[in-house]
Amino acid sequence: MKTRSRGAASDWASWMAGACEQARDPRLAGFYGAFPHDPSAPVADLPLIAIDLETTGLDPARHAILSIGLLPFTLSSIRLSDRRHWVLRPPTGMSGESVRFHNITHSDTEQAPTMDEILTDLLTALAGRLPVVHYHPLERRFLQRALEQELRQPLRFPLIDTMELEARRHRRGGLARLRHWLGRPPASLRLNDCRQRYGLPAYGTHHAVLDALATAELLQAQIQHHYDATTPVGELWV
Amino acid sequence: MDPEILEIRRHLSAYPPFDALDDEWLDQVAEAVEIAYFRAGSQILEASQPIDALYYVRSGAVEVYRRSGDLFDRLGAGGIFGHYGLLRGGRVRYPAVAIEDTLIYRIPAATFDALCDASHEFSDFIELGRPRLETGGGTAGQGSELMSTRVRKLLTREPLIIEAWQSAQTAALRLADEPSAALLVVDQPGDDPRYTYADADGHLWQVQGIVTDADLRSRIIAAGRDHQTPIGEIVHDDLIAVQSDETVQEAMLAMLRHNVAHLVVLHRRRPIGLIQLQDVVRFETRSSLYLIDSILASDSVQALATLKPDVWQSAVRMIDEGADSRTVGTALASIARSFMRRIIELAEAELGPPPVPYAFMVMGSMARGEQTLVTDQDNALVLDDRFDPGADDEYFSRLARRVSDGLDACGYRYCKGDIMATNPRWRQPLAQWQRYFRRWIDDPNPERLLHSNIFFDLDNVHGEERYVESLQALIAENAGNSPRFMAAMARNALNRTPPIGFFRDFVMEKDGRQNNSINVKRRGTAPLTDLIRIHALACGSRAQNSFERLDDIAETQLLGPGVADRLRDALEILSHTRLRHQAIDIQNDRQPDNNIEPENVPSAERAAIKDAFRALSQAQKFLRFRYPMTSDRPARTGRG
Repeated sequence: MKTRSRGAASDWASWMAGACEQARDPRLAGFYGAFPHDPSAPVADLPLIAIDLETTGLDPARHAILSIGLLPFTLSSIRLSDRRHWVLRPPTGMSGESVRFHNITHSDTEQAPTMDEILTDLLTALAGRLPVVHYHPLERRFLQRALEQELRQPLRFPLIDTMELEARRHRRGGLARLRHWLGRPPASLRLNDCRQRYGLPAYGTHHAVLDALATAELLQAQIQHHYDATTPVGELWV
Repeated sequence: MDPEILEIRRHLSAYPPFDALDDEWLDQVAEAVEIAYFRAGSQILEASQPIDALYYVRSGAVEVYRRSGDLFDRLGAGGIFGHYGLLRGGRVRYPAVAIEDTLIYRIPAATFDALCDASHEFSDFIELGRPRLETGGGTAGQGSELMSTRVRKLLTREPLIIEAWQSAQTAALRLADEPSAALLVVDQPGDDPRYTYADADGHLWQVQGIVTDADLRSRIIAAGRDHQTPIGEIVHDDLIAVQSDETVQEAMLAMLRHNVAHLVVLHRRRPIGLIQLQDVVRFETRSSLYLIDSILASDSVQALATLKPDVWQSAVRMIDEGADSRTVGTALASIARSFMRRIIELAEAELGPPPVPYAFMVMGSMARGEQTLVTDQDNALVLDDRFDPGADDEYFSRLARRVSDGLDACGYRYCKGDIMATNPRWRQPLAQWQRYFRRWIDDPNPERLLHSNIFFDLDNVHGEERYVESLQALIAENAGNSPRFMAAMARNALNRTPPIGFFRDFVMEKDGRQNNSINVKRRGTAPLTDLIRIHALACGSRAQNSFERLDDIAETQLLGPGVADRLRDALEILSHTRLRHQAIDIQNDRQPDNNIEPENVPSAERAAIKDAFRALSQAQKFLRFRYPMTSDRPARTGRG
């Protein structure tokens, strides 16, 4: 399997080192300090954490995070009992159009904590683990915005995006060009469609922890099929 | 309920043994699960590595191997492995490889142990590899009352007892005073301790038999005998008795088998009552007795042939009601005997009385009382030794032809191997049969072994029972003492082997091949019956029915502890599956056969069937070890 050297890898390492020194909030300093930022570390050795957000829409400026699902895992095992799940109360004035879609009702969110109330727990849960998501722009933008509002400092970190790993094969490689030339539609990169290609079962409705589980399993499959345990994490993260 | 837990729980709850767990336990299991992905071709477990979890296949497929490298099992979604290692020392016994991309749920040892403690169904399944069966009941559920009710429930009063030296007149007077239609005749203790008992005053008696109203009419009045004739002189000499704890079904079958309308009911050896056919019929009005009545009342083969659908219907009903295979098999055999007996009676009525006495015997499944809905006829004639081929064979040849044609018309197809009395070879005097059997035992060759397999399950249907009994005795006394014969029979019994089990909609073979269906007779019940026959011969059993043979075998040290029970369960499972699938065929207007298609086998039954195959396979291995082929000399030729 052909892998590409990612220019971003070394950039992330130096950026993270600087961010750690400049962090004013002790929680943020702790987060950066524990972050596994060595790009040459073999992926198999890394503690990982799958993250999935359920949001009321796609625009972080207008929409809110409804729930966060976290699932710590490694390439050899996913322990379901380690999962974390928060339902959040959106800031007033945020649109709630996708509330019903996520099976989260207004009464659920009315009783729920706000982002600043769970921030310490969230950063503790993330500490020392490399995040894994499916479609990183959404997760990254929403997390950044929410945390920056609370911490008054930018929060940026590398992560592995299972959709991006899939796109490397299906949207950019020779295979994709061949499909395009034959007039076939590009391979779907939706979570369940990606899973199907690796013989993983289809899971039910959208839910933060279930999607995090689906993402974690997908990464295990992708690494076994296209990489191996010794692949440096710098080749994988974005 | 968290959707991720629900997702896992929903999957677990569809497969045994988790399907037996309540919701609370399922949640605990789902909560404890660890998940791991294995690419096709990757090793999941290696032999001897420590193991600390039960492995469950969520999706994909896994092959489990013996240490020898032989395929042990192929598992699809819902399959479990690793439990043998967990139970024995915490090290992997059977290595496992993903043969497709596979998602595994690991259930940690602590949860596994807690489940084994908390749920009998779960621990039974883990230990046995299948759900535990109720003793002897097979998959019988509530079933019909006939199957579960004890004979003693039918008894309403003490038996009327009369001493053998009392006169026929006294007997008639006793009956006149009573609603009962039969008397129990007792005599001074004699030669049969089985029927000897002590009455309330401590006097010893021997039960001699039953005398009915009808006996007084036909054997005293119609026969013109003195009414002072001692009643002991007219009593039937074939005493038929059942134990009080046998089922009504068994009592009914005893009546059918011996063609009697009354039975003595014993508690141990003490007679506690009499039951008659009407008692049973009143108890179960829809029973196959009506069918037997219709058979015995038919006055032509054409009329008999019209009853064929009724046979199927009554069998399907019994299977639906949850009867075990032994009950259905015996009932079907009784029905077949009734057909045959009636056909012989009709033939005799046309051909006249036979020139010499004879016995019409049956072999194979009918003799064993293990009939199914797919059956052909195996029969033979044992003739009195005064038989004169020149003068008498014409009669018996015609008798055999009528019986064979009649049976075929009634749904019992001609035997493809020509094992029928129409074949002159199988229409011989008793002495010739004895010579046949001795030669087959003393000097086996492939053809004779084939014959031994068929003829050494034999039973009389009509005529001189003692001829057949003498042949049964000859087999029981000689076969087991002939090491060469036993080794040859054992080798023969290993020709047909079971598959491993089912994988999705396929039958899994030991070499990894997959088939779309399986002949459960050829690959299951037949080799198992062969194997049981050999052990039965080895211990000198005269039983014909495989379950009864297993009872006899279990009383010896021939097999390890519990092995006979395991084989009994296996036979019940395989026979029941076979009958069940024939019933499905009939209900769908298809010709019933011995094939089962995996897609018609629910997942709950698959584990049981797989375990039955495994039991058979292990028993075959033991047979190979017990009767090694190296001791076998090549069969000599030229002594025809």
